[in-house]
Amino acid sequence: MTWKQVFTSSVGKKLVMGLTGISLVLFLIVHAGINACVFADLADPNENGEMFNKAAHFMGSTVLIRIMEIGLFAGIILHIFQGYLLTLENKQKRAVGYAVTYKDGSKWYSRSMGLLGTLILIFLVLHLYHFWVSARFTHEGLAPVTYNGVEMHNMFALMQATFTEWWIIGVYTAGCISLAYHLAHGFQSAFRTLGVHNKRYTTLLTSVGYAYSIIIALAFILMPLSFKLGWIG
Amino acid sequence: MEHYHMNLNLKVWRQKNSNTKGDFKTYQVKNISSEMSFLEMFDVLNEQLISEGEEPVAFDHDCREGICGMCSMYINGKPHGPWQANTTCQLHMRAFKDGDTIVVEPWRANAFPVIKDLTVDRTSFDRIIQAGGYISVNTGNAVDGNALPINKDNADNSFAAAMCIGCGACVAACKNSSAMLFLSAKVSHLALLPQGEPERKTRVLNMVAQMDKEGFGACTNTGACEATCPKEISLTNIARLNAEYLSASLSAEK
Repeated sequence: MTWKQVFTSSVGKKLVMGLTGISLVLFLIVHAGINACVFADLADPNENGEMFNKAAHFMGSTVLIRIMEIGLFAGIILHIFQGYLLTLENKQKRAVGYAVTYKDGSKWYSRSMGLLGTLILIFLVLHLYHFWVSARFTHEGLAPVTYNGVEMHNMFALMQATFTEWWIIGVYTAGCISLAYHLAHGFQSAFRTLGVHNKRYTTLLTSVGYAYSIIIALAFILMPLSFKLGWIG
Repeated sequence: MEHYHMNLNLKVWRQKNSNTKGDFKTYQVKNISSEMSFLEMFDVLNEQLISEGEEPVAFDHDCREGICGMCSMYINGKPHGPWQANTTCQLHMRAFKDGDTIVVEPWRANAFPVIKDLTVDRTSFDRIIQAGGYISVNTGNAVDGNALPINKDNADNSFAAAMCIGCGACVAACKNSSAMLFLSAKVSHLALLPQGEPERKTRVLNMVAQMDKEGFGACTNTGACEATCPKEISLTNIARLNAEYLSASLSAEK
């Protein structure tokens, strides 16, 4: 039983999906938490994204987080490649299909993880172009801002400038809805793949999974919408 | 329950052998009793075909009382037809009404090649069982059944998993043609009992390896298998199989 055998078996491949999936679930909590700092503007209109900019600056200035960033990208790439590979392989296991497809026994989003993942990927490319590429490399559209003598990027202003067109809000909303459905199945499925089978945990994880999917998606949808509608900024 | 008769249109998959391409043929059967079983309705169809000088439809069946796991028709887009927790042989014609069109297909999976018409080769399941779905017992006097203490919950869960009749409906229902529900039932059945302990680790590793070799897909936990299983084998068994596999592969000696 070599390690290669473990991770290339049908169960092992799913294990890779589950482990990378859970690491992305944890990342989304941090991402949503940091970004939710933009809502500090709701309580204090003179805040102008100070809390968010400081939090974003902190995330960009620590070596440990830079190392975690590499891990995050490795995880995303592995999740995407393995996901496509598995979808393709699984599809090939039935060369001759049915005339009438069986749909009642499972939820549509559990059968459409590949499609939902692709929609998220399309959104992700646009999203990375908007913020990550700008913050890390090109600094395009990024003005400096100084708090207590420390100069940093005004990411808040970049968000405000990005979320001015409805089509962008639309793509972000569609991406987040895809994410919600992807997570609604993926969250609890990942834990099942890791072997969680005790009823007390599976029941809990299913409920937490649904709650998590809705809360994360709503939090992310609210951000571009709040900028566009002028609630913040 | 009201007894009635019906005329039906049947769209049945006909395929001469595994090397030829099959297609659907349409047949009409008349005056079918609502009290017939689905297979009895097929017997009527076959009598009709024989009297017309045509080849009868080949389909698998044996006990016709829902326990052997031989019958295997995919009826109107669901393995074993529209009823819950039911085999094709126990599906009765009262599930249908006069004038209905019923589409009947064989199990579809590369690992279950069509032998003829609605009959598929399910020996891949036998080979998975041979890879580890057994316990080794020394010959000699039979051991007193009550001598070995077994936790009641484990005994019940093991028994529920042992209900699997190996019909393959889980594979037929799964979008990935995965045999995980079948395999997990067999692994759970033995892993939950002290008798299964000595071969516990090698069993799960060998059975998963054989399942992959046979060309079944990977599980994505959609739950279609559980929903169609005539013996209501729980999806929980798949999670237990994953745990067994993880623990066995992490603690393997080499």
